[in-house]
Amino acid sequence: MAWNEPGGGNNDKDPWGNNNRGGNNQGPPDLDEALKQLMDKLNGMFGGKKNNSSGGSSNSGPGAGGFFALVFLVALVVLGFKSVYTIDEQERGVVLSVGKYDRTLEPGLRFVIPFIEIVTAVNVTNVRNAELKELMLTQDENVVEVAMNVQYRVVDPVSFSLRIEDPERSLLHAAESALRHEVGSTDMDPILTSGRTLLAGNVRDRLQRYMSNYQTGIEVDKVNIKDATAPQQVKAAFDDVQSAKLDKERYVNEAEAYANTIVPEARGKAQRMLEEANAYKEQVIARAEGEADRFVKLHKEYRKAPTVTRERLYLDSISKVYGNSSKVLVDVEGGNNMMYLPLDKIMEQSRANRPEVTSGSDADISGIADRVVEELRLRQANRVREGR
Amino acid sequence: MSPKSIVLSAITAIIILVGSSSVYMVNETERAIKLRFGEIISDDIQPGIHLKVPMIDNIKKFDARILTLDARPERFLTAGKKFLIVDSFVKWRIENVRDFYKATSGDRFRAASLLANLVNDGIRAEFANRTVQEVVSGERDELMVQLTKILNEQSENQFGIRILDTRVKGIDLPEDLMNNVYRRMSAEREREARELRSQGKELAEGIRADADRQKTVLVANAYKESEVTRGEGDAIASSVYSKAFNRDPEFYAFTRSLKAYEETFNGQEDVLLLKPDSDFFKYMKSTKGK
Repeated sequence: MAWNEPGGGNNDKDPWGNNNRGGNNQGPPDLDEALKQLMDKLNGMFGGKKNNSSGGSSNSGPGAGGFFALVFLVALVVLGFKSVYTIDEQERGVVLSVGKYDRTLEPGLRFVIPFIEIVTAVNVTNVRNAELKELMLTQDENVVEVAMNVQYRVVDPVSFSLRIEDPERSLLHAAESALRHEVGSTDMDPILTSGRTLLAGNVRDRLQRYMSNYQTGIEVDKVNIKDATAPQQVKAAFDDVQSAKLDKERYVNEAEAYANTIVPEARGKAQRMLEEANAYKEQVIARAEGEADRFVKLHKEYRKAPTVTRERLYLDSISKVYGNSSKVLVDVEGGNNMMYLPLDKIMEQSRANRPEVTSGSDADISGIADRVVEELRLRQANRVREGR
Repeated sequence: MSPKSIVLSAITAIIILVGSSSVYMVNETERAIKLRFGEIISDDIQPGIHLKVPMIDNIKKFDARILTLDARPERFLTAGKKFLIVDSFVKWRIENVRDFYKATSGDRFRAASLLANLVNDGIRAEFANRTVQEVVSGERDELMVQLTKILNEQSENQFGIRILDTRVKGIDLPEDLMNNVYRRMSAEREREARELRSQGKELAEGIRADADRQKTVLVANAYKESEVTRGEGDAIASSVYSKAFNRDPEFYAFTRSLKAYEETFNGQEDVLLLKPDSDFFKYMKSTKGK
């Protein structure tokens, strides 16, 4: 190690750092000692030789003494760099002094003893994220697929960097275990529906307990159950439940639509019935009053000349009746009942009268023929019946 | 290069070598033991810088942090003769460095396999007495605490390992059982879907029936009311008629009859067989009447 140093001095400070970190186990005190020794020894050993090589490139004036001054200067600069540490506001610096935890650096410009104290900066404000998605059993022995997201921060940088191996992997393991535990103690329905917030809270508390137990220095800020669904294999059945819910709503809506149609219609109908009844009432009353009035007025005149009026009214009405209808005057005394009255023929005649007069088309004639045939058949049938 | 300088540099090198090999550092994350000719002369060496005799003393360092053993998923039989595939992990720490070194010679993989066997046996024994239900849900905490305690006793005595926690990361059912679960879940959902649809029909039928009832009642009430109204009309009309007609009932009968005749016989179809002895035909046979 020592033999490389001149070269290192001429180059960058990187090899120093590298050598230093690699050699931590051997302990920085060696280095200090070695450096001092070097200063002394090198002066005597490489003095002449170095002069030739470096003299040509830079200034030949300083010679051996100048070279060592340069090395010393570089070493000083490096030491200076190494002893100053900037800790970001987001970070805390965990200081190991010869391997032993010494202190934690707060944000700002901080000083350490170079090569003896080693600083590991840990971000303590960043919210870190862990995701997982798993199939798991619920309490009622169903299977759900849950996707979860854990947000956490490092609150204790010392524990985080020194007390546990791979704290982030530990968090993932613990998160999975906690999630399974909580899902395993809950029925499926709440997980799929309203119970997610509660579940997330429980998982968070449990996970935090694990994290404290494992001395991870992690604080779990938040656990989100992003998604909880039925597994692919039973998705169809689950979707059908959703569509059944919609169907249910649809049935109810349809029925309500029916009700909303039929009830107002009935109301309208009822209204109509009432109105009709009122109309009837008004009508009867009006008619009654009219007729009564008419009667009263007629009666008044009738009383002035009862016989004549009576006769006139009678003849008017009867002539109207007789004028309108077919009539047969039978001027025979009641004892003789051998008179033959072809009533049906008279009826037929009166009925057939009108079409015969109005038109004589083929259709009518055939219609009449049909009717005649029908009539004949009927008569024959009657005769046969009478014969029996 | 003069012989003197060679000697000087050799001496320097030796000093550095000896110096560096007589000092060793134990990191904060480690614990160490010091072996002299294979014999442990100092155990549980704390973090910091320490001295040793070069060439003679041998230092072994062990990770003192909490370590994770992520066991491979294994099949375990539960009380209900059902297999479960269990994926577990163990958080452990080297508690007694001397015992740990003796048991594992410091080889972490060896330690892990020893621990894995121990944990598997522990889980097997615990699961054998429990049903799937108990393992999956409720008693898991208790189960794990107990398991950790049992394992701890053994591991601390035998390996110098302290088990902080044993956790089941995953419990899965084997394929065929899983399919059963899926079938059952589907059937349950089917039942639920049917129930929902039937409930929908039930509600719908109720709403329809209610609407029909409302309709019938509305119409019936309207009928009742309209009949009452009609009756009132009839009553008023009747009283009006009787008041008027009571002036001369006989004349009323006469006029009403005439009107009725007119209304009854008003078409050609009506055939009247008449005997000419009514008042109408009074003059039919003689000019003087009968």
